[in-house]
Amino acid sequence: MRSNDSTVPRAVSKPPRKPRGIRQTMSDLHIWAGLLVGWFLYAMFLTGTVSYFKDELSQWMRPELAHQSEVPDPALVAQRVASQLAILAPGSPQWSIGMSDARNNTANAFWRKPGVQGRAFENATFDPSTGHKVAARETPGGEFFYRFHFQFHYMPVLWGRWLAGFCAMFMLVAIVSGVITHKKIFTDFFTFRWGKGQRSWLDAHNALSVFGLPFHFMITYTGLVTLMALYMPWGSDTAFKTPAERQQLTAELSAFIQPAKPTGQKAALAPIDDMVRQAQARWGRDNINRVTITHPGDAASRVSVSRGEEGRASMSPQYMLFDGASGKLLSTKDSVGPAAETRGVLYALHLGRFGDLPTRWLYFLVSLAGTAMVGTGLVMWTVKRRQKLPDPDKPYFGFWLVERLNIAAIPGLSIAMAGMLWANRLLPVDLLKRGEWEVHAFFIVWAMTLLHALLRPAKKAWLEQLWLAAAVLALLPLLSVFTTHRPLWQSVAAGDGVFVGIELMLWALAALHAVLAIRTSRHAAKLRPSRREAAGRSAATASAGEAA
Amino acid sequence: MIAALRRARDLGPLVSRIVAAVFGGYALAALSSIAALALPMRKPEAVLTGMLASFAIYAAAVVWVFAVRSALRAWMGLLVAAAPLLLAAWSVRAGGGA
Repeated sequence: MRSNDSTVPRAVSKPPRKPRGIRQTMSDLHIWAGLLVGWFLYAMFLTGTVSYFKDELSQWMRPELAHQSEVPDPALVAQRVASQLAILAPGSPQWSIGMSDARNNTANAFWRKPGVQGRAFENATFDPSTGHKVAARETPGGEFFYRFHFQFHYMPVLWGRWLAGFCAMFMLVAIVSGVITHKKIFTDFFTFRWGKGQRSWLDAHNALSVFGLPFHFMITYTGLVTLMALYMPWGSDTAFKTPAERQQLTAELSAFIQPAKPTGQKAALAPIDDMVRQAQARWGRDNINRVTITHPGDAASRVSVSRGEEGRASMSPQYMLFDGASGKLLSTKDSVGPAAETRGVLYALHLGRFGDLPTRWLYFLVSLAGTAMVGTGLVMWTVKRRQKLPDPDKPYFGFWLVERLNIAAIPGLSIAMAGMLWANRLLPVDLLKRGEWEVHAFFIVWAMTLLHALLRPAKKAWLEQLWLAAAVLALLPLLSVFTTHRPLWQSVAAGDGVFVGIELMLWALAALHAVLAIRTSRHAAKLRPSRREAAGRSAATASAGEAA
Repeated sequence: MIAALRRARDLGPLVSRIVAAVFGGYALAALSSIAALALPMRKPEAVLTGMLASFAIYAAAVVWVFAVRSALRAWMGLLVAAAPLLLAAWSVRAGGGA
């Protein structure tokens, strides 16, 4: 809290005489809420941003799978995978097939292990054109960044989700207090003071925040909504005492049907493709999301075919339920209650899967601005305090720690994420637990950037890591030339938008890091003469009120 | 020693506020999500309404805790807000739900 004192001199020691204004207290709240979990928030924002293209990234990370120029008929795919599951997982109480679509060139199925109590699942990835398990390198694909952004890694999933929720709540508080602090929210948006040290950071932070404010608020709140049943179970626990009662709620949230009791009477599964065709007639050929089959081969079998996310901005369950043995349509779930629909829409807004390509790009860019908002906020904390340090070469521990963590969290994370993609290209294809090693590589590289940030002088560490990030990003498309059969020129010739898009994006991101590196080195060069700002202490204190 | 005591005295209200914000705010949000069951709607709807609103209440509680003049006021505000919610939540439990 020592550094808090330095921001707001003497405020803590004599509060009753001069109560601080609302902007001042909200500014403190904003600074501390943002700083304490800022590094987590930055990582959540950046990996979440990348997740808007997670399906495309997954394709890029499985270069063995051919570019899919046409979406295969979901009816046929579902039938193929179901036939394969009959061989792979006979006697399982539940199969669930996530369909391939325009963005996914694989179908993913998971199933309950037969004869095991509780939630024991297995899963596999299938080639939609054959129905067989895919023969591609083992990789978590873009799914890793997606999972990481709300549950982290190397810890129980529920802990990770609670931690993410805790951070998201801090973010929400930081946004609200940031808005209250910010009196000239409109005019400041059009103010930009280039190359003015702290002022420029403040203006950048403001512009990024205000420009995307509705998005940042939406994405934070809806992020909490996606896991609200975990964070706020009290109403549901009070209202529902038995699993059967609870089912009333679950039915409003998920199209995922639970297996009932099997009869023990054998009955062959009716053709799945016929059921999917009925659903296609209702929602459109390619608008099928998932096919779930309970107790295949039993007389009590049920099949649900759920609607895709196209043509609606809602994640509320919509599905057709069939009798698995006869293939007869039992019921159609079309709508949920108003509160449930509100939740469904908020959920969909967070995921952004309903969008077409331009919408997805918009999501990506605004979300990247959100990442930069968190990043500039973190950097500003140090920029503002560095000018007031008695000896900038020997800062106090808190300052030193924030400065170093910022380096590992910002350019370090870029290097680590690129490092995982390098591992995806370089690890031997037959390595045991290869997919896990890609993830380990991410964390090993990240730990190394932290070590580097702790050992090097701060400014050098910033520069070196930014340049390294630019280099490893820029070299990835080249690495693909040597390690895959899909060099960029071939992707261009084949009209493969996914590979071309990702590799051009990697170059664009490399350029972004290079620009940041150049600006950082210029800034470092002219920092010294401008330190007389520290003289006007009262001015600095006043600016703390405006800050952020 | 005295310096440490003074420091503790100075920090006391701040710690109190942080506890009020993190735990008091969560308690208030949790309570409101139970109180929402008293709303005249189907049970799953009331449950979801309570969940959806809870984060706004949490955030508002945190802002309140740091906006007011003293830690004592912060706690009083939370208690005042909790009172009607407690009544509503209690009626839900007593009535076994709507």
